[in-house]
Amino acid sequence: MTALIKPLNKDQIKPTTKMPTASEEIWRYSRIGELDLDSYSPGLVTTKIAELGLLESLVSNITKVTPREPVDVFEELNLRNAQVTAITVARNQVIGEPIIITHSVDKSGVIVYPRLVIEAQENSEVTVVERFISRDEIKSVVIPVVDVRAAQSARVTYVAINELGTSTWQIGYQQAVGQRDSLMRMFTVALGGEYARVRAEVRLEGQGANAQQVALYFADSTQMHDFRTLQDHAAPRTRSDLLFKGAVKDTAKSVYTGLIRIRENATKSEAFQTNRNLILSHGAWAESVPNLEIETNDVKCSHASTVGPVDDEQRFYLESRGITPEIAERLVVLGFFGEVLDRLPTVPFISELRERVSAKLLGVKSGKAQS
Amino acid sequence: MTTLEIRDLIVVVDKTQILNGVSLTVCSGEVHAVMGPNGAGKSTLSAAIMGKPGYTVTSGSVTLDGVDILALPTWQRAIAGLHLIMQYPTEIPGVMLEQAMAAAFDTRGKNTSELSRLIEVEAARIGFDPALVNRSVNVDFSGGEKKRSETLQLSVLQPKIAVIDELDSGLDIDALKDCAQRIEDATRENNLGVLVITHYSRLFEQLKPDFVHILTNGRIVKSAGPELADELEVTGYAQYTN
Repeated sequence: MTALIKPLNKDQIKPTTKMPTASEEIWRYSRIGELDLDSYSPGLVTTKIAELGLLESLVSNITKVTPREPVDVFEELNLRNAQVTAITVARNQVIGEPIIITHSVDKSGVIVYPRLVIEAQENSEVTVVERFISRDEIKSVVIPVVDVRAAQSARVTYVAINELGTSTWQIGYQQAVGQRDSLMRMFTVALGGEYARVRAEVRLEGQGANAQQVALYFADSTQMHDFRTLQDHAAPRTRSDLLFKGAVKDTAKSVYTGLIRIRENATKSEAFQTNRNLILSHGAWAESVPNLEIETNDVKCSHASTVGPVDDEQRFYLESRGITPEIAERLVVLGFFGEVLDRLPTVPFISELRERVSAKLLGVKSGKAQS
Repeated sequence: MTTLEIRDLIVVVDKTQILNGVSLTVCSGEVHAVMGPNGAGKSTLSAAIMGKPGYTVTSGSVTLDGVDILALPTWQRAIAGLHLIMQYPTEIPGVMLEQAMAAAFDTRGKNTSELSRLIEVEAARIGFDPALVNRSVNVDFSGGEKKRSETLQLSVLQPKIAVIDELDSGLDIDALKDCAQRIEDATRENNLGVLVITHYSRLFEQLKPDFVHILTNGRIVKSAGPELADELEVTGYAQYTN
């Protein structure tokens, strides 16, 4: 087994690859130019895993999974400095209860590298929830990576919940790879962070593999959420379905850029991508850029993207029932997110998330206290 | 006793004047039918009364028991006792009917503890499938379900005056009977005043007008009793449209 975890020292965080700039397409619209890596020192994230009882043997800090070649400096830094949580589910094993992991960034001025590896062996099933939290005043950077490997007929549900404080940065990576007839459901809920980016990629390597990617993001104040998604079809009869819904308020920003790639051998595949954004204030900004790259015929693909304010007709309808504009807007926005919230698996925190979205709409200060 | 009084109402939509001075008074328990051909301004009248964005009142007045309705935002017009049944009810994904009604009760300071039961009773009365109460408002509803939902909301909120825009569009005959009968009942049980806007007179079998007004080219050109509707059935609007 390969242990990824290594002792940290100042030298080790020095990357071999260059810092990217916003002039590169993949970093377009990002706030990468504001990040000075040298002003942070290596730190540690506090990782807690909820009581597992008999399932404790599933979790360790070593893994056999080979990570992909890092795509950029941040993934490289994570690979070299990772604090690894590895979950290995054996062949035919079905884990009924979700595994809940909470990463807490407790110090300012540090950069931390949590890495989660979920290896679901043949025909196994597991649900993992990964939460990221920090206090509002914590000025640090989290570079999380999650590797999901679903073997033949394995079923993996992963939920990332970003409840970071409003001064914390996140530059995250999700790389999910599915083999024949596997099912991967990747959920992301982003409410926190000052600038929070996730590069969320699924790769369907085995015939009949299926991936769902669902996200809810809601930025207010001066927050920015930045998503890059990839649905990479590399085998026939694969299916992917992406639904990302976001809202921006005050002077917040969000970017969604998504690519569906159907490779030449991925015949009879289906890929769907929907991104919808609500702009709730005049000063807020959202961008949505869907892309298709299809190298074969005989596939079914669609993408849809919208950016705009709350629909006037919907607002008027509710107001004509004697509902105040504020409540009407809240109902419409919660309804808009309902489609995503309803698809989330039944895990703890979900009802709490609905309340947090609601509180954010009402302008209640949203900083999550450290738990 | 409540009185909705519309006086010399002039309404502009997209820089075009649609209503050219409409006057009409509706009292509790009365049913006023406003009939007219397509493009006469019927829907504009209902939208302007409720304050729909894009409908600008440039002169005239609308009062409810002397209160200047036009000075109020839409939601306060509803609280004051007005209710609009829309011709094409808006779909609101993710917002449940009961949730919307609960919010409407909240602003009225009404207790919501009896709301579920009230909805159940009213749903049964008009043949509205109670399962739809927990579905998104109007989303994937048939034409009949939409108008039953609209009528259900009216009976749950118990307004003083209802403005009903083209109840019969997109509606099968059974649903029309159920909805029109329920509104007729409300005029007797709750003394509801009704301003019903319609192209055809088929809903008058259940919802019986006391007054019929013909609206053409943004003006009421004739007002009379229910016999006017019968006459229109025969003659059509042609003689009034010049």
